[in-house]
Amino acid sequence: MIFAVELVIWQLELVIYLFLALSAIVALEVRDLLVAVVMMTVFSFLMALLFIAMGAIDVGFTEAVIGAGVTGILFVVVVYQTSRKSKD
Amino acid sequence: MKALKILILLFFAGIMIFAASDLPNRGDQENLMHAEESITGTVVKGTYFIQNAYRDARTPNMVTVVLGDYRSIDTFGEQVVIYTAGLITLLILRKGRRRMTP
Amino acid sequence: MKDPFQSPIVLLGARLLSPYIMVFGWYVIFHGHYSPGGGFQGGALLAASLLLIRVAGGSRLAELQIREFATTPLAVIGVAIYFATGLAAVAAGGYFLDYELLPIPGMEPAWLRYTGILIIEVGIGLAVMAILVMIYDNMVRGEDYG
Repeated sequence: MIFAVELVIWQLELVIYLFLALSAIVALEVRDLLVAVVMMTVFSFLMALLFIAMGAIDVGFTEAVIGAGVTGILFVVVVYQTSRKSKD
Repeated sequence: MKALKILILLFFAGIMIFAASDLPNRGDQENLMHAEESITGTVVKGTYFIQNAYRDARTPNMVTVVLGDYRSIDTFGEQVVIYTAGLITLLILRKGRRRMTP
Repeated sequence: MKDPFQSPIVLLGARLLSPYIMVFGWYVIFHGHYSPGGGFQGGALLAASLLLIRVAGGSRLAELQIREFATTPLAVIGVAIYFATGLAAVAAGGYFLDYELLPIPGMEPAWLRYTGILIIEVGIGLAVMAILVMIYDNMVRGEDYG
């Protein structure tokens, strides 16, 4: 199985890692909780891209559907039922 | 306090990068994890699944065969866990809804 | 939100997108033998297509799709399909979830395993879809987020 070694594109993964860290920092530091939820879904989507780049397609599919789809909707409902601004 | 927090985070990031630098390469077929036999000479259990999944279930996707056939009781427990989570949200949140909207 | 606003653009986009997501969910469930995917991912896609209409259109539009009281019986049906498949193999004299002994006449044991995997994937998909919609319905408590 030589082709599994050939498929690793480290430049693409480096860019994804940088955006991953950036979205995590923004989701932690921002005051508006709706923006934090959106950045968390962006984090989940980039995580799914990383899983697919590593070859785990089923895990990446589950992460993209659950983390970037359903969890985002549930967190938006929670934000609308509580306060929108973070005190921290 | 904030500087201490960032310092602790950088320290743990350095530990994790140092630990990850010792891992084998991805897709390395010389690695011991992908070998057909373990060190003690016994055949690894996953070898049977990889070699005989299509013969047993006529399904090209190996992951589906392992999740649905060889380890189906594991999947059944997972589904019971999800079902229990749904029932718990029903039991906790339903009473409040009746009180809020008569 | 005390004053929900109805945006026709969001509603049109959700109504345009939701049937295709639902068709893709059924494709992922039934094509899970040949491509990545399976019951859990397909059920989550079906739940996403239902939740999109519920978020964009409110509860009056969502009543036309799946009502609130219908989600709990669907979840029970999904779990019961899985459990009945296992019990059918037990009743035929095998182990629990041993698909080779399912009482379907005229099939080889390998194709019986294929059919058994397909049946339990449909059960998982129904249960996951119903439970995710049920969690959303219990969380919003009758309010609309138009």
